[in-house]
Amino acid sequence: MGGEATKAISKEVLWGGGRSPFSVSYGKMMMWYFLVSDALTFGGLLTAYGFVRASSTDAWPIGEQVFRALPGLDGEYPLIYVALMTFILIVSSVTMVLAVEAGHRNDKSGVIRWLGLTIIGGFFFLGSQAWEWSHFIHGSGGSFLLAENVTVTADDGEVFNLSKGDPVFMDHHFGHLAEPWIEGEPNVSLVESDHGIKLVEVGEHSHEAELHALTLNKYVENESFVSGDEAMKLWNARSGTFAFGANMHDNEYAIQQAYANFFFFITGFHGFHVFSGVVINIIIFIMVIQGVFERRKHYEMVEKIGLYWHFVDLVWVFVFTFFYLV
Amino acid sequence: MERDDLIVNDSYALNSHHSEEEGAKIRKNIWKVTGILTLLTTVEVLMGIYFKRSETFTWTMIKWSFIILTLVKAAYIVLVFMHLGDERSNLKKVIIAPYMLFIGYLIFIAISEGFGHLGNFNTLH
Repeated sequence: MGGEATKAISKEVLWGGGRSPFSVSYGKMMMWYFLVSDALTFGGLLTAYGFVRASSTDAWPIGEQVFRALPGLDGEYPLIYVALMTFILIVSSVTMVLAVEAGHRNDKSGVIRWLGLTIIGGFFFLGSQAWEWSHFIHGSGGSFLLAENVTVTADDGEVFNLSKGDPVFMDHHFGHLAEPWIEGEPNVSLVESDHGIKLVEVGEHSHEAELHALTLNKYVENESFVSGDEAMKLWNARSGTFAFGANMHDNEYAIQQAYANFFFFITGFHGFHVFSGVVINIIIFIMVIQGVFERRKHYEMVEKIGLYWHFVDLVWVFVFTFFYLV
Repeated sequence: MERDDLIVNDSYALNSHHSEEEGAKIRKNIWKVTGILTLLTTVEVLMGIYFKRSETFTWTMIKWSFIILTLVKAAYIVLVFMHLGDERSNLKKVIIAPYMLFIGYLIFIAISEGFGHLGNFNTLH
């Protein structure tokens, strides 16, 4: 690898004009410059995220408690889904570097195979991200804020002195019906049950959900469950402020709306890069099949789009650490 | 007038061709780096699942390990996958130095201005 870059060339010749002093073509150098400026944008976004988080006085959500669902499965799998997405992107980066390597041997069928796999990997990542966004937007039960100060005992015996404005979280069965009930859906009503209260939906999708337990500190530290009469105390002290999932105005995950906004902006901006990368890869893939680079006798274009694709992977490595892990 | 500022020939791209044997060596290195990246990601995920955020020294250490592991992964991606390690050192400096300068400054200013509460979170008790 490296070609001319590994040759010993004197400074006078390198900088004497008529050639690139960096021993790279114009196009490749400009791709590098673009990536530096794009990396500054992402660096700025992640630094802004860190700044807002560090200067926040309320607790900030923990990645492994917000992102712990898998498609089609019940139960908790902290970070597994995000780890899977990371792995998909790393693998597609590997197939891309193999496509570049095949290009250096003028191996057209090799480039087609590896670039094709890279495009498939890109689609898999985009699909995973779509599911994650959908899950984040729909939420897992929702929350309400307290209208007054309450003292409750959790199931493990810990006593909580809660103040007005503190968030309380519902489970996803109850929250699923609480949302239409809050919105005044006529099919859904709140009735007394043997153990407290339940929400009942009549009509086409008739079902009901009992208020079994409410959760405190669901996303910010070790969660505590409150059930029975203690849960009723919390429910009766509720204010009219409910949040289900996340949107641009409110979110169930944090007091700070900035949390949801940063999630949407940082992962969305990255996803937009992945999408553009897939589109560019497809264009070059078609050009490879048509034999454009075979006639040109080199596959440097694959190298250039490869740089962009690796950059997308590189950014995700940082997003993964600073948004999900730390 | 004829322009003399364009580099018209394809010598840089053509010079980077390599043979079948060199290719085998390069591919072996690629798979090695793949293994390292996968391993580091797995370690990060397991640490993330096992350790909870807290106000302890352990958590501070965990946090720094995340950042260091991330920088190691980034270095492998940039130097091996993006082949920056194979480029002339003047190109490496032109790309990395301005970035480090600006981001270093930005992080410094954000940290020195950002910590209003000095680590005390309001959780419910």
